[in-house]
Amino acid sequence: MSTTPEGVQDGAAAKRGAFSSRQVFIFAAIGSAVGLGNIWRFPYVAYENGGGAFVIPYIVALLTAGIPFLFLDYALGHRYRGSAPLSFARLRKGTEGLGWWQVGICFMIAIYYAAVMAWAVRYAMFSVTEAWGDDPEGFFFGEFLQAGDPGVDATPVWGVLIPLLLVWIAIVAVLLLGVQKGIGRTAFFFIPVLVVVFGILVVRSLFLPGAAEGLDALFTPNWGALTDATVWAAAYGQIFFSLSIGFGIMITYSSYVHKHTDMPGSGLVVGFANSGFELLAGIGVFAALGFMAQASGVAVGDVATSGVGLAFVAFPAIISEAPAGALLGVLFFVSLVIAGFTSMVSIVEVVISGVRDKFDMTRKGATIAVTVPMALLSLVFFSTTSGLYVLDILDHFINQFGILLVAVISMLVLSWGLRVLPTLGDHLSDGSSITVGAWWRILVSIVAPIGLILVLGLSFWEDVKTPYGGNPGWMLAVFGWGAAGAVIVFGFLAAQAKWRDPEILSEVHINKKGAES
Amino acid sequence: MSGAAIVMMLVAMLIIWGGLALAIVNLRRSPDLPHADEVRRDL
Repeated sequence: MSTTPEGVQDGAAAKRGAFSSRQVFIFAAIGSAVGLGNIWRFPYVAYENGGGAFVIPYIVALLTAGIPFLFLDYALGHRYRGSAPLSFARLRKGTEGLGWWQVGICFMIAIYYAAVMAWAVRYAMFSVTEAWGDDPEGFFFGEFLQAGDPGVDATPVWGVLIPLLLVWIAIVAVLLLGVQKGIGRTAFFFIPVLVVVFGILVVRSLFLPGAAEGLDALFTPNWGALTDATVWAAAYGQIFFSLSIGFGIMITYSSYVHKHTDMPGSGLVVGFANSGFELLAGIGVFAALGFMAQASGVAVGDVATSGVGLAFVAFPAIISEAPAGALLGVLFFVSLVIAGFTSMVSIVEVVISGVRDKFDMTRKGATIAVTVPMALLSLVFFSTTSGLYVLDILDHFINQFGILLVAVISMLVLSWGLRVLPTLGDHLSDGSSITVGAWWRILVSIVAPIGLILVLGLSFWEDVKTPYGGNPGWMLAVFGWGAAGAVIVFGFLAAQAKWRDPEILSEVHINKKGAES
Repeated sequence: MSGAAIVMMLVAMLIIWGGLALAIVNLRRSPDLPHADEVRRDL
């Protein structure tokens, strides 16, 4: 192997794996960004926060925080060519803990995200026979999840356990195949399929009676909302959670991209594609909700909801009411499965990549070492009768005080502590279709942190004031605050461990875009 | 649908889907580098 920087980096690409082209990377990045949140979170957030008027804070948040932050992640991974911990360590040894904190977050998310996938797989099948009968809510919580009172219970629910096991087998299979053959090809095939499947769902929903009323509820602007800080926080929060930024995914993926690729140009496509899908989801979901409202003779606002309630309670009700509802159901749940799966792959890859780099392991070895414990934890916690409560708490706290907190802190460390934005901006601009100059540094160091701190502050205040979801204090302490705190401790402890091959931190691995060659 | 709702729906479509179209056009103008020399092996 050559010892020139060029040779070292080609060697690293061969060893770590790489996407075969820019297009494959873009599909993989879209696959990661487009997830459950696009389908079940955006429509309701938009509806609740000003309807048509929400377009304004949403676009402002996309342009002032979402895309600039996406560029920051790209710059880190593309320049330092490593997993989140390795990229931070190559940047400055003392920041490695931030990378492991992100790895810890991904570990936590993956174990519950898989459970939602498993539910969606089952519901795609239930749709065919409309297995929930005339009580979707009772069916979901009772017959399907067998949810008892909040608490922890080890009684297995076989109807969840088996699909959950299958989801993990599929994830492991894709990740064993590697960056291009596994992650790249999966996204390259499934993202177009998702657009087609969801597109058919949208068209079908638009032809249901009442669809126009649904769209009217979604898009009628409430201009007064624009003066409300919580609406702006909702816009920044939605953009932030939807784009898969700030917790290692985009750092990891961009480390697999050829060193001369136009990253900002690619990032714009990813950012707008993610929002584009969100808008499509808003139209499809509200058209269907409009039909539901008309069929039950209530206002759209009475049936509008998000998350688990939208997917597993409201949608089954729509499926039962609609003509050819089974088709609608299969399209909807298959969309959820695809959108979730490509995101889930990216979340697990953050962990695998971090472990591989640190311990100098093969892909096969690291994949097994990471996914087996994850799958076991996932099965233990989420295929039991108490799964739903643990999942809900973990999701809320890891999102707010995991992803959001690490994102704000790493943004501040990079821009104000280490002052590396000029270097990262130059890296992005070099050979790119977009000049990432002073505008970007201002957005990343000032505007985006203000937006995200607003979201974080409001959420923290809310959680301190009222116990989340009315859950028992000990559950919030363990699975909420405890889990969010544990990943921070884990991050900084993991950073103390030695790199198996210390040479990996050498500067020759940094992508200086051929400046030396 | 009310007039205001239709207008805001069109505005959202124009900005977001239009933005996506422009981003794709921009990227196509900066061609992906051929890198035949690259080792494409997944280990």
